[in-house]
Amino acid sequence: MKNLKKIALLLVATVAFVSCNNDDDSTPTPSNTTVDFTFTQNFNGDAIENSDYENTQYTNANGETLTLSKLVYLISDITFTATDGTVYDAGDYNLVNARTGSNLNFTPGVSIPEGDYTVSFTFGFDDEDNDLDGGYPGLNTADGGWNVPTPLGGGYHYMRMEGTYINNLGATDNFQYHTVRANRHSSLPPSPTTLEELVDTSFIVNLGTVTIGSNTNIEVKMNVDQWFKNPNLWDLNTWYTVLMPNFEAQMDMSENGAGGVFSLGEVTQ
Amino acid sequence: MNKYWIYLGVCVLLGFTASCNDSDDNGPTYTPTPVTLEIPAVFDGVLLPPAIPNDNPLTEEGIALGKKLFFDPILSLDNSQACADCHRPENAFSDPRRFSVGINGNEGTRQSMPLFNMAWNFENKFFWDGRALSIEDQIFKPVVDPNEMANTWPNAENSLQADAEYPELFERAFGTRNIDSVLVSKAIAQFMRTLVSANSKFDRFQMGLEQLTPQEENGLNVFLDEGRGDCFHCHGLPESPLWTDNIFHNNGMDEVITDLGLGGFSGDPREFGHFKSPSLRNLAYTAPYMHDGRFETLEEVINHYSEGLVFSETIDPLMKNVSTGGAHMTESDKADLKAFLLTLSDESFINNPDFRQ
Repeated sequence: MKNLKKIALLLVATVAFVSCNNDDDSTPTPSNTTVDFTFTQNFNGDAIENSDYENTQYTNANGETLTLSKLVYLISDITFTATDGTVYDAGDYNLVNARTGSNLNFTPGVSIPEGDYTVSFTFGFDDEDNDLDGGYPGLNTADGGWNVPTPLGGGYHYMRMEGTYINNLGATDNFQYHTVRANRHSSLPPSPTTLEELVDTSFIVNLGTVTIGSNTNIEVKMNVDQWFKNPNLWDLNTWYTVLMPNFEAQMDMSENGAGGVFSLGEVTQ
Repeated sequence: MNKYWIYLGVCVLLGFTASCNDSDDNGPTYTPTPVTLEIPAVFDGVLLPPAIPNDNPLTEEGIALGKKLFFDPILSLDNSQACADCHRPENAFSDPRRFSVGINGNEGTRQSMPLFNMAWNFENKFFWDGRALSIEDQIFKPVVDPNEMANTWPNAENSLQADAEYPELFERAFGTRNIDSVLVSKAIAQFMRTLVSANSKFDRFQMGLEQLTPQEENGLNVFLDEGRGDCFHCHGLPESPLWTDNIFHNNGMDEVITDLGLGGFSGDPREFGHFKSPSLRNLAYTAPYMHDGRFETLEEVINHYSEGLVFSETIDPLMKNVSTGGAHMTESDKADLKAFLLTLSDESFINNPDFRQ
């Protein structure tokens, strides 16, 4: 019995020693962390909640009264650039459905050291991602197919914003503000033989410098009103439908988007 | 010390005995054969993998049981009506009648939905109004609907339990002879997930095995053109070959909404009159069309979107030029669009012996 006790004691001591040994072997390294993002939407500062869709009337810069029924948008390539120039980019994407609330929260698949970073992302897909061989099955089945038809240059939508507005005649009409890669045609209606030019109208949003800690959440705000102004005052009476093959409309949308639709919101640690 | 070893010995013996007891309780070996749903070439790498719930994996025994149940009238109150009576294989599992007729002679109020490619419905809302949240859930409804099978589940379970074959079949599929509604729904759902349609002329065109006619090609252009058909925003496109978004819309059919559709289930007035976009596959076999089967021909459907749109509060913004009735396509474009739509029909699907009784 005494021998048994001794053996047991020896085993416990050995385990403890080995455990300590393991701990001692690990050299302290800076811990890497992931970063959470939350996407919010507002119309000139008024938060847009689910109950606002099809209910709340907004007035855009051109004076048109409108309501929203759909707001779905794609962001990609969230990038963290460290002060020493090191770039971290998971290369993934997030399709936000603002009305249903799906994917309002997103964590890029990249782990980075804590510290200060310039944070940026792409609205939509740049050409490299848009033309990825094989495409994205997750987007092919999202919102009925997030794709852009081949006669319009293929790839994917950047945003589908839809709703109603009061037109110049005082009647309610539907609008479809869909942003895609700008495509110019020799003639309309478009077909596989009419496409003349494609312009990458995605744009990079720079959120500025953010201190990343072990539990950082970054709010990205979208001001919907901005899509209708600065630098291009948007007249829904002119451009309210069939905007996908409208080259000039797509260029203006992109400029307005880059003109300040997105901004850095609250950062929590 | 001796006591210690005795206690230890007793414990080991008890544990061994208990293990033997557990094995004996299991009865005959329950070894259903797993089945992997074959991914059609036109879906492979294009769509996400099919959604198979963890608690209801496909098995040969489960699928066979589900198929037998689907074609068996035993689930109805008077043993006169099977699922297949209103979901006929030759009609892509729809019903050529505008409204199906239940065992009591009552008509329903909506057209029987065709059944295929349901494993790729990632929205997980079924029926025209989305009130079923899984395929399994959907199976619970028609058995007890007074306008359909008009049965009760306890009664249906008793009928199956008293049958000469079913207890054995349930044991093979699920490891128990105790039949309940959950297992019935699981078995039929397994069979329904195998109803895959992906061999239409257009699918073969996509794979380089067949050519479209110039008329069909132009029809595709009309389909993809925002200014004419603009069908793709709700019904998919070659890169999203389910040909439905599985989402709910008010497509401008009525000024006054009497059937609330999704809104009747969700209670949200913004969804009144919203119905699921059906897939455009197999249109050659699924007339009449729309949730209430009001259109007997594809020409009527196309004319509706071209000239027949009417405004109501919840109309989808994708319905264009509503004040003038729609996009006003030319007769030539309409004919071409119809020709393209018919290329999405899959004859091999409706003739597949695996899907016949």
